[in-house]
Amino acid sequence: MPKLKIEDLVKIKEKATRTTSLREGGPYKTKITVHMGTCGIAAGARKILDSLMKEIEERDTKDIFLTTSGCAGLCSREPMITVESTGKAPVKYIELTEEKIKEIFEKHIIGGNVVQAYALAVGSERAV
Amino acid sequence: MEDLSLHILDIVENSINAQAKRIEIKIKKNKEKDLLSLEIVDNGKGMDQKTIERALDPFFTTKKTRRFGLGLSLLAEAAKLANGSFSIESKPTKGTKVRAIFQSSHIDTKPLGDMAQTLVTLIIGHPEVDIIFSYRTNRSEYYLDTKEIKAQLNGLSINSPEVIRLIKKNIKEGLYNLRRRK
Repeated sequence: MPKLKIEDLVKIKEKATRTTSLREGGPYKTKITVHMGTCGIAAGARKILDSLMKEIEERDTKDIFLTTSGCAGLCSREPMITVESTGKAPVKYIELTEEKIKEIFEKHIIGGNVVQAYALAVGSERAV
Repeated sequence: MEDLSLHILDIVENSINAQAKRIEIKIKKNKEKDLLSLEIVDNGKGMDQKTIERALDPFFTTKKTRRFGLGLSLLAEAAKLANGSFSIESKPTKGTKVRAIFQSSHIDTKPLGDMAQTLVTLIIGHPEVDIIFSYRTNRSEYYLDTKEIKAQLNGLSINSPEVIRLIKKNIKEGLYNLRRRK
């Protein structure tokens, strides 16, 4: 059974203390919440979180706070994320795929422009 | 749910919603008995008898966001389909133990799936919760305790991308070695 080696942890600590953690590491510009209820999980929310994590790693962004929450009450539109940028209204994105995440990351999270095509807009709710 | 690791993610999210601070995920594979057992034990707020009885009813939930709760009933159904069994033990304020047993060789037993991704998903979303994961076969065991990792990190967040990458690699390698040793 491989144990996590302390040397490995010390090594990354050197590097990581200089950067911001996703959760507590100080002021962040954007908070991304992946809805991880039963409905979200069954629809692929875990993959969505993984692709967000990959984007954060690849772009080496330090000011993003990535977290999860429960069901948002719109089970049929999962997987969903909520993007909250400082000083702006939160935006919910619905029916996500890994490709859509790439686009949202590029245009909204980095560029600051909401990707309206994937956002849950007023009037788009389906009647139950 | 496509595989067991997604069921596990879902059940542990229940535990966290029930304010659990320590969650054990125990998987045991017994080749001789042809059994795969899954146990999730939390120290959350638990349930009273009446709630336990209703917990497997798909049209029961304590949540306010929707009117049904499928998580536990889906896992119970998955175990039943695989010639297995399902049980819940719980006491208010003490916590809850969910147990599902599957016949390993049964054609309807779902594959384990990406357990590493399930565990890092839980760590990213809930770094403050301690998660103890073990996978035991007749010959060997893989074990991960996030509390131990946090102690070694000396204040660095367990959910920073570098640490997450390391943990994921460790779980993948650990479970791979376990399979090779059979």
